[in-house]
Amino acid sequence: MSFDDAYQALTDHDDDARWAYGTGFTDPLAGVPTDVPDGADPGDLTAYCLMLGDDALVLSHRLQQWVTRAPELEDELAVANIALDLLGQARLLLSRAGAVEGAGRDEDALAYHRDAGDFRNVLLAERADADFAHLVARLLVFATWRLALLDRLSASGDPVLAAVAAKGVKEVTYHREYAAGWVVRLGDGTELSHRRMSDAMAAVAPLTGELFRAHPVEARLAGAGIAVDPGALRPEFDAVLAQVCAAGTLTVPAADPADPAGPAGRHGVHGDGLAAVLGELQAVARSLPGSTW
Amino acid sequence: MTEQIRHEWPLFEVFVRAKRGLNHVHVGSLRAADHRMALHHARDLYTRRNEGVSIWVVRSDDVASSGPGDKEAFFEPSADKAYRHPTYYAIPDSVPHI
Repeated sequence: MSFDDAYQALTDHDDDARWAYGTGFTDPLAGVPTDVPDGADPGDLTAYCLMLGDDALVLSHRLQQWVTRAPELEDELAVANIALDLLGQARLLLSRAGAVEGAGRDEDALAYHRDAGDFRNVLLAERADADFAHLVARLLVFATWRLALLDRLSASGDPVLAAVAAKGVKEVTYHREYAAGWVVRLGDGTELSHRRMSDAMAAVAPLTGELFRAHPVEARLAGAGIAVDPGALRPEFDAVLAQVCAAGTLTVPAADPADPAGPAGRHGVHGDGLAAVLGELQAVARSLPGSTW
Repeated sequence: MTEQIRHEWPLFEVFVRAKRGLNHVHVGSLRAADHRMALHHARDLYTRRNEGVSIWVVRSDDVASSGPGDKEAFFEPSADKAYRHPTYYAIPDSVPHI
């Protein structure tokens, strides 16, 4: 390690694996056994991996849309880092889904060649952000929920899911801290920032109910010790949100009584938000199938 | 008292320790509203490729530096004092580490 150039001293590694450009990625789960644990239906496990993977993939894309549009250069990079973390989680989960499914679909096939009705992400992930306050409100809700989920999932009976979750816990802990920092800062800031942060928290409230409703797949796998029952996450979620809102002098958004309990994102019922995301996400892969760069 | 809103965040200098045992090295600067945000930003800007295990941030305003005008008086007097370098002396064999 050289001390002549300070930055070179920090980056002086012969580790090209840290760099990734273009196509040609290898299977992130290469060498990992594709066994399905006892008591789990392969179809259910595939669907569950798609649910958690699609949450990460779709929100990652929404966060990427902030690149070049964030209010400060430093925050643009922070949001891009979070998007990359989520993309990494999506790759592992979609790869696991493809391996368990056993139909020859890899992460790319699942990301680029499924239609909106086959996506299983919650609606919270696909919505567009009206402004930066909407972004951090949504990110706070998502990260608080996902951290509670991954924390429990790291004890899953499926060792692959448990490992993916344990890796994600460290990442999402930071996502939650970043989002909470901004929610408090804007909530407890000026009159204008307080109003816009309050509006943003109210805007995501109708999308939180779905996070805690168990899809039949989740209920069955939770019974088998593979998945997490999302309903069990509510107390931790409520406690964290109450703490952040109190610090930011914000009112905890009330659950929306009009929140439809019917089929939503987990069932493949999506809004215009997902169509917009997939239009961008899948355009190149679909118009130039098999292309590399 | 009128509340003054500044439209530019203050500047911070960032120091990163690459690994245990090494000193913190200045890697650059960034803007942030306070120290906590500066640490977050430093983490996001300067340690994304696994460069560090510890970060310091310091308000740039709090760094006192020698001025270019002081260069001659500050540094040139030491140029001709070779005896200050440890290599100037023959090291006795009984002193293995210096």
